Amino acid sequence: MATVTTIDVRRGRTAEVPLLAIAVAITISARGLVDFNTDALDWASLAAYGGVTIAVVVAFHVALRRWAPHADPVLFACVVTLNGIGLAMIHRIDVAYALRGRETSFASAQAGWTLVGMALAVATIILVRDYRILRRFTYTAGIVGLVGLLLPLLPGIGREVNGARIWIGVFGRSLQPGEFAKIAFVIFFAGYLVSNRDTLALAGPRVLGMRFPRTRDMGPLAIVWVAALLVQIYERDLGTSLLLFGMFVAMLYVATQRVSWVVLGVGLFLVGAVLAGSVFGHVASRYTAWLHALDFSVYASGQSEQLVRGLFGMASGGLFGTGLGNGRPDLVPYAESDFVFASLGEELGLAGVLAILTLYIVIIERAMRAAIGVRDGFGKLLAAGLGFTIALQTFIVIGGTTRVIPLTGLTTPFLAYGGSSMIANWIVVGLLLRISHQARMPEREAAT
Amino acid sequence: MNDPVRRLSAVILIMFLALMTAASWIQVVSASSLNADGRNVRTLYREYGNFRGPFIIDGERIAYSAPVADPYNYLRSYSDGDLYAAATGYYSIVFGRSGLEQTENQLLNGTADSLFWSRLGDLFAGREQEGASVELTIRSAIQRVARDALGDQRGAVIALDPRTGAVLAMVTSPTFDPAALATHNTSDANDAYSALLSDASGPLVNRTINGDTYPPGSTFKLVVAAAALDAGYTPDTQIYAPRELKLPQSTRTLRNYGGSACSPTDSMTLANALRISCNTAFASLGMSLGWGVVERKALEFGWRDEFQIPLIVTPSGLPSDIDDARTAQSSIGQYDVRATPLQMAMVSAAIANGGTLMTPYLVRNARAADLRVISESTPTAYGIPLTTAQAADLTEMMIGVVNAGSGVAARIPGVSVAGKTGTAETGRDEPPHAWFTGFAPADNPVVAVAVIVENGGNLGSEATGGRVAAPIARQVMEAAIALDKAER
Repeated sequence: MATVTTIDVRRGRTAEVPLLAIAVAITISARGLVDFNTDALDWASLAAYGGVTIAVVVAFHVALRRWAPHADPVLFACVVTLNGIGLAMIHRIDVAYALRGRETSFASAQAGWTLVGMALAVATIILVRDYRILRRFTYTAGIVGLVGLLLPLLPGIGREVNGARIWIGVFGRSLQPGEFAKIAFVIFFAGYLVSNRDTLALAGPRVLGMRFPRTRDMGPLAIVWVAALLVQIYERDLGTSLLLFGMFVAMLYVATQRVSWVVLGVGLFLVGAVLAGSVFGHVASRYTAWLHALDFSVYASGQSEQLVRGLFGMASGGLFGTGLGNGRPDLVPYAESDFVFASLGEELGLAGVLAILTLYIVIIERAMRAAIGVRDGFGKLLAAGLGFTIALQTFIVIGGTTRVIPLTGLTTPFLAYGGSSMIANWIVVGLLLRISHQARMPEREAAT
Repeated sequence: MNDPVRRLSAVILIMFLALMTAASWIQVVSASSLNADGRNVRTLYREYGNFRGPFIIDGERIAYSAPVADPYNYLRSYSDGDLYAAATGYYSIVFGRSGLEQTENQLLNGTADSLFWSRLGDLFAGREQEGASVELTIRSAIQRVARDALGDQRGAVIALDPRTGAVLAMVTSPTFDPAALATHNTSDANDAYSALLSDASGPLVNRTINGDTYPPGSTFKLVVAAAALDAGYTPDTQIYAPRELKLPQSTRTLRNYGGSACSPTDSMTLANALRISCNTAFASLGMSLGWGVVERKALEFGWRDEFQIPLIVTPSGLPSDIDDARTAQSSIGQYDVRATPLQMAMVSAAIANGGTLMTPYLVRNARAADLRVISESTPTAYGIPLTTAQAADLTEMMIGVVNAGSGVAARIPGVSVAGKTGTAETGRDEPPHAWFTGFAPADNPVVAVAVIVENGGNLGSEATGGRVAAPIARQVMEAAIALDKAER
């Protein structure tokens, strides 16, 4: 009998139900609050929104029961919550723009991308019956990642938006291939590192009490470093460059357990950052905007205006926020995408922002949990790599908005407006659910 | 590989702790400084985006927040903006506030302490916070007549209810339309503002209470006469009134208007001296009284005091370096004596009100959004510069001015009018300012008025207070009396 008739508590699918109920409740009430506070509450459309939300979440849950019954019970609910909050916020910004006479339909587009993303997550779970088969595509993934990274540079399909050449136009739509390339790279790094980690872990010279790798083994790190630098130079995309390099260094560390790789990596990164800052005006101006954001001259020149406007928004939110629909997030440029975190800070306050960051921590730590749970090196690297990707991407964007690091252009996973990011991150969730299913599956069942 | 994964988890936790710390820093620790930052348009939008209470005159909204579809949500709109601009001032997203829009801001935007309970109620009911409506004492019928009578001449008209101190009309000319500054189109607002600023005639100045203040000329003789009554003079006391008065410690002489003699005998009664506005008589009277006596009386009428009605009134000035020659000139309202039209209206109002000077005020009351009165002005006495008898004497003397003196143009058929004209040299090579102040009906006053027409207005050097200002005052007093009758 393949059908699930008895409920195995340890699988976690039943435990997932109340969590999903909370996630759905937050999703629907957030949307309702926006409408209520902007005097646009229409019970019929809210009911439709709620109905679709419930239907989609139930469908996903049923798919998990069918194809990945042991999958982590917390992961999906956390992602739904983040996604729901993001949708409400983007809808709220549509409303704000409409009041200013700018008709946008970010929310409905984003809802569409969410559905596509969730469908592809389920497809991933179904198609990738066993994550270990991905190892067979190690070098294919490497090439796919590289192509994805370079596509925007191709004349004809590459598009430059706000100075960053990270978009391509396909079928009249814009796509950020970098978002998908990051998944391919995680698969490539995991496959490559699990095969070569013994060599890479070999001890070389000892400097300052730390064993460094042999010079001849430094090739891969150097290649990724150069690739990241090239992305920074030609695509003017600091975010992706940092993400790519950080991802590789983290996975290299997990694979080899050698801190020396991290030291080398961070050192190379700093060299690259300083180099870029001294050679390229746009990078230097990012640094200035970061360090002297509130200086009048820097603000007046427009370098830090967006960042500072985001800070003003967050500050006006204070501890508890203005409430969804009661703030003025539209005063921050790109309030729906790059600065969605500032919008959330304004309307949900510090309380809401900390809750959102905690949700990210839970999602990422569940990925790490899966990495510890699986029994093979490739799976560990894959899960840790995917988890770290979400972590680093979130850190880079939110760190940029909150002045922890210089501002770069990346999307906040699950929250910010953007189809590529939404779809890619849902595929990551699909992969993590698949890995966690196999990690949590008892041995005897795994054998069948 | 589990150990490095655990360590990586720890690193990720630290990264997120950094984000949490940064968010806490922005939203709590530095929130107040960020919120107070001048570049933070949110503060501006929050203020300008609120429903701002209206100004009410005679039950009509003359300034109100109209909902608009732009980031500010509300546009400050004015009906008859230029008619009431002297009182309301402007409310601009670019240039801030002026006039009552400034002084009554906390009531209008709902942040006044007296609106605390109303705010609390709004909070719990989920209503949008609304400011209070502010009702002015100005009467539109009088205001319109005053504006039309003054026309496009530079000058000011102010009318008070002498019994309460309520401002019934406040007209300044030239003036401006506050709507031109309230527009959310900042370049239009900028153009309008720079045009107003570069206009040499000063349309943004409220001439009734601010500006450079004017030499009061002969209207100041009322104060000197009051001081004389205090000193024991009666309206019938003979005072020295030569054709030419030689000024002490000076080679200069002081003459009458047009150089004519006041009296063939070089002597006349106080009442007659006031009636024909004899300069030499009052100059010598001032010197006989001594400047200190006149100054004390002027202070009792409000000179040198900064009133807030609640608009801030420029203090009317008195000379600080005085000698006999200057006393002579000051006693006819020249030299360094300065007065706002409001100050001159207060002199008339005190006389009209039996000697009790009521504090002028412009705001009748303020009502919360639920129409509950949250503050109401109660008439208060500023002081008692005159005894009842002195006030009666001065009234009789001022009736003489209008009935058979320099102010005949202020006569109203069937109503006895008390008044005093003035033609004030500006000290520059330009026509003198024409003044009139008075009240009516003299036996039961309902209005006290002061009018100034700068540089003689349309008549220029031909102008006198009696010819130019008195007719304007007459029309204003007529309007006030008609309104009073209609409402009685």
